[in-house]
Order: sequence, then C-alpha cells, then structure tokens
Amino acid sequence: MTGLAAIDHLLLAPVLLPLATATVLLLLGEQRHTARAVLDVASTLLGLAVAIVLLLRVDTQGPSSAVYLPGNWPVPFGIVLTLDRLAALMLVLAAASGLASLLFSLARWHRAGVHFHPLFQLQLMGLNGAFLTGDLFNLFVFFEVLLAASYGLLLHGGGAARVRTSLHYISINLVASLLFLIGVALLYGVTGTLNIADMAERLPHVPVADRGLLHAGAAILGIAFLAKAGAWPLNSWLAPAYGAASAPVAAVFAMLTKVGIYAVLRLWTLCFPETAGSSALYGADALVWGGMATLAFGAVGMLSSQQLGRLASFSIVATSGTLLATIGFGRPALTAAALFYLASSTLAATAMYLLVELLERAREVETDPPVEVAAGPLPSFVDARSAAEVNLDDQEMPLIGRAIPAALAFLGLAFAVGALVIAGLPPLSGFVGKLGMLSALLDTEAAVWGAGPAARWSLFALLIVSGLLSSIALMRVGIRQFWAPQDRPAPRLRIAECLPIGLLLGACVLLVVRGEPALRYLRDAAESLHRPEQYIDAVKAARPVVRVPETRP
Amino acid sequence: MEVVVSLAVGVLVASGVWLVLRPRTFQVLIGLSLLSYAVNLFIFSIGSLAIDKEPIVQAGQAADLLHYTDPIPQALVLTAIVISFATTALYLVVLLALRGLTDSDHVDGEEERP
Repeated sequence: MTGLAAIDHLLLAPVLLPLATATVLLLLGEQRHTARAVLDVASTLLGLAVAIVLLLRVDTQGPSSAVYLPGNWPVPFGIVLTLDRLAALMLVLAAASGLASLLFSLARWHRAGVHFHPLFQLQLMGLNGAFLTGDLFNLFVFFEVLLAASYGLLLHGGGAARVRTSLHYISINLVASLLFLIGVALLYGVTGTLNIADMAERLPHVPVADRGLLHAGAAILGIAFLAKAGAWPLNSWLAPAYGAASAPVAAVFAMLTKVGIYAVLRLWTLCFPETAGSSALYGADALVWGGMATLAFGAVGMLSSQQLGRLASFSIVATSGTLLATIGFGRPALTAAALFYLASSTLAATAMYLLVELLERAREVETDPPVEVAAGPLPSFVDARSAAEVNLDDQEMPLIGRAIPAALAFLGLAFAVGALVIAGLPPLSGFVGKLGMLSALLDTEAAVWGAGPAARWSLFALLIVSGLLSSIALMRVGIRQFWAPQDRPAPRLRIAECLPIGLLLGACVLLVVRGEPALRYLRDAAESLHRPEQYIDAVKAARPVVRVPETRP
Repeated sequence: MEVVVSLAVGVLVASGVWLVLRPRTFQVLIGLSLLSYAVNLFIFSIGSLAIDKEPIVQAGQAADLLHYTDPIPQALVLTAIVISFATTALYLVVLLALRGLTDSDHVDGEEERP
C-alpha cells in the first residue's frame, strides 16, 4: 500500500473531532453559553454523521474490518484503530445517545455547573476511542479518559448527594482500573504483546505451564470489565450514582455500562473462541451464570424501586445481565439477537432517563404548591396556575373526558413506548430482540453449547419472568404518574426537551420498521465476531504507508 | 531480587486493601495510592527484573531479553503513574467537597448509627 484515500482517515475522526472540540470549548471560556452550545451540538451532529458513514462503509466493505495505523508503525508495535461492524454499531449508538442528551441539556442543565460541554466531548472521545482501539493498553487509556470525564459529569450540578455518590463511584472505578492494569500486565507477561489481534493469535501457543497465569490475567481483566458493565455482585454503585446524576448525564451514562459489555464481547470472542484448544470458551460459565444473577437482581430491583430514576437504573442492570448471559453462550445467532437488544435498550434507557426528569417535574407540582419563581436564574418549568382553573367547563366543574393537555399526552405516549421497549413487549424493538434470543435458545440443532441445557433453560425462563417483572414495575409507575393524580397542572415542556426523547423513541420504532436490514447487519456482525480469524487477519495485513520519495525532473 | 519485589508488592497490596476498606475518606485515599504503587511495581516486574541494563538493543548483540531490558512495561508504568496521579488529585477534591458539605470524613457522609 503506498497511500491512503482521504476516506480512510475518517477512522480517526471519532477520536480527534471530540478532542478538538473540547479544546476549542475550553478556550471559548465559560461566559459564551450560546457559542459553546452551538459548537457542541454541531460537533456532536458531525460525529453522528461520521459514525453513520463509517457504519455504511464497513457494511459494504465485507467481512474484513477497516484498520488504521495512526502512528504509521508496523502492526504489533504501533497503535492500531480497527473498525468492524460491532464497533461501528457502538459508535452510532454512542453518538445518538450523546446527541439526545446534549439537546436535552440545552434546556437548562448545561448551565448548572462549569465545563459541561468540554467534559461531555471528552466523554464522547473516551467512548469512541474505547470502541475503536485494537490495543489493550490504549483500551485502558480510553477507559480512563471516559471515566475521568464521567467523574466530572457526575458531579455536574453539585449537591451533597452527588458528591457522596461520586466518592463511591470514583473509589470503585479506581480499584477496577487497578485490576484492569494488573490483568493487562499479566497478559503482556504471558504473550509478550499488547495488540489484541496479535495476542489472540499467540494465545494457542502459550505453553501449558503459563496457562494458569494467562487465565488469571484474563479473569482479573474480566472482573474490571464486569464491574463497569454493572454485573452482580459488582454493581451496588450503579443505582445510587445514576440516580443522583443530572438527567442528561444519566442518559449518557446509559452508554457507559455498554463499554464494559463491548470490551467483554470483543476480547472474549477474540481470545477464547471454541477453537482455542484448552482455553476454549474460558469463563463461559461465569459469564452465563453471572449474567443470569445480574438479570435476576435487576428485575427484582426494578420491582422494588419506588422512584422512576432508580427503576431506570435497575433496567440498565437487567440489560447488562441479559447481554452477559447471552454472550456467554458463544453462539452467533444468540449474539446477533443480543446486539439488537443492546441497540434498542440503550436508546430506550437513554430516553427513559430524560423522561424521568420531566415526570418528576410534573410530580413536584402535586406535592408542593406552585411558587412564583420568575426572578430566579433558572426558568420555572411548570404552569404556575393550577389546571383546575384552566380546565373548567361552563358549570365550573372539571370535565372528565376533556382533551388531555398536549404535554401530558406526549409524556404518557413517550413513557408507554419506552416501557414497551424496556420490558420487551410487542410490537416494539425490545420484543424483536427478546424473541430473537428466545428462539435462538430453543434451537436444539446447535451441536455444542458453551454451557449445559440447565443454563439454557434457566436463561429462557429468566428472560420471560424478568420481562413480566419489569412490565409490572413499569406499569405501576405509569399508573401512579398518569392515572392516579386528579387535578394536576400540565407540565410545561420545551421543544429542546421533547425533541431528543421523540428522536430516541422514533429510532426504536425505526428499528422495528426497518428490522430486516438491521437484523441482517447484526447477524453479519455476530458472525464475524465468532470468526476471530477475520479480525486477526485484517489487523495483521495492515501495512504502514510508505512515502514514495518524489523524483524531481 | 524477585523475593524483595514480591514482598514489597504484597505488603503494599495488603495495606492498600485494608485501608480502602476503612470508613474514613482519607484512609481510602491513601489505600488507593498504595494499591496503585503496588500495581506499578507489579507491571515493572512483568518485563523481567534486571539491574543495570538499558532498554536499548546494542549493536552486535542478539535482541533478546538476556541483553536488554523490555522497555514496554516501563512505558506502561509511566502512563499508569500519570493517570493515577490525576485521578488521586480528583479524588482529593471530591473528598474535600464531601467534608465541606456534610461536616464528616466518613465515606457515606454520615457516621454509622450503632
């Protein structure tokens, strides 16, 4: 290869664009709110466009993944960025949920503290980098970037509750990062490389004497990822931290647990495929049973939570559990359905976190009498007049059956759609994902299963029961929010707050309407995940660009 | 030398874990620092311990670990030190903020009730 087309350099954009934007945002200073907001939205939009272009490109390119050598060093020594279908999907998801959260924050939250916009861009940079990197130590660095940004974002808005949960969140993540380092060091010590593809290639040749060390390293690394993914019993930090975070931040955090899932999926399928000899499917049982315990914990947690915010957090835990358990079986059909479920539940959870704030705002009116707060720095968000005043008929009696206010109708509809997706009920995308998983679990023709039939049937039952539990929990909250209150003033919503929720839920609906191409894409993604040699060959085949010296005439 | 390094790592990890599990925020901070020192030493030892060797391949000598020391763990340690320094500083800020907001240095912001 002697040169790269301009479009090949696009692979660097998901990392460089947020970094450059964050720098400019920092330089702009704290005072120029409008300029900062416009720049941030423009950059995030551009990031989403880049992610979609990359996704379409990787889809048409065929099985080989796109590889980019940022430092132009030969492969096992230099830094590698790789893009396959899974990474492209995660890029699009991160950009979409990021854009929605950002739009939502423009209504109020981005002024609630300093440096929201730069931190937000750095968060995106960390996410994108973690999805793109093909190098174990860079994965650590990008994890730290996204975690450092998330510490700042979690503290955004201030207050004792946020500071207290931040302290716990930071401590847990620092310990997990240390475990990450130990795991990386052990794997480097055994295989002598940090490039993931190179490592996967060398693993079958590791001598028997070193196998124990190798497995210990992989397990320690796995614990670090599982702690970030929110797997039971490492997830006690998740619900308080996500519940305390401000709404747009919690919505971005819905993506953070997926980074842990992504890392497990990427490393585990590459390093321990069925063909790996004595290490084949190492840790599959831990993933399957741990995932099921997480799913059960999440479902029970959803049922026990009184606040919608906590309920959304536990739904994230349940999603993580479902994904880990299905990944652990190591079957392409199951993984494809899990990826579909991942996409739809990420979008729905992001929308749910945004919705939580609007619903809580509507509820505050019930308990507290409306106060005139026009002079405050923040705009008041509810009609100061009660609805009983407005919503009277000729006899000055509230009219039952009168058209409900548009804002309430929007909230109700959005909540219903989000709940359907999260609980996995038909006709929305959560159902398609769950149905795919269930039918893949029923497929008895698959010759070898990573785990035994007991695990298969337990997961089958657990998926159905958890769906039931989460729909009960969501329905209960829905009744309390929308049907129980009698005369409640309609919450005043802003376009900036409704638009992202509408877009996210629209994307969930689109996933069903265009379900066939989406499923085809995800099946291809899962197929190539379970054929690691494609990824390894693509990375190994990458050659540095040789600059041909210009010959002067 | 291996024994000395492993003992150092072991002692650091043991003290670090004990301190991280303590209820005071400052103890947790020191515990996290000790743990990160231990991890740094551990990474360093992964590249085979050697005294007085340069991480540079000399001309005329075979490029194996008998003749030079592996530079990659040293580079990793450098990165890890920088990152753990930054996160420790951040943790310190949050610690002080919690102290100011709740008037308590307990990790939960309030003393345990007996």
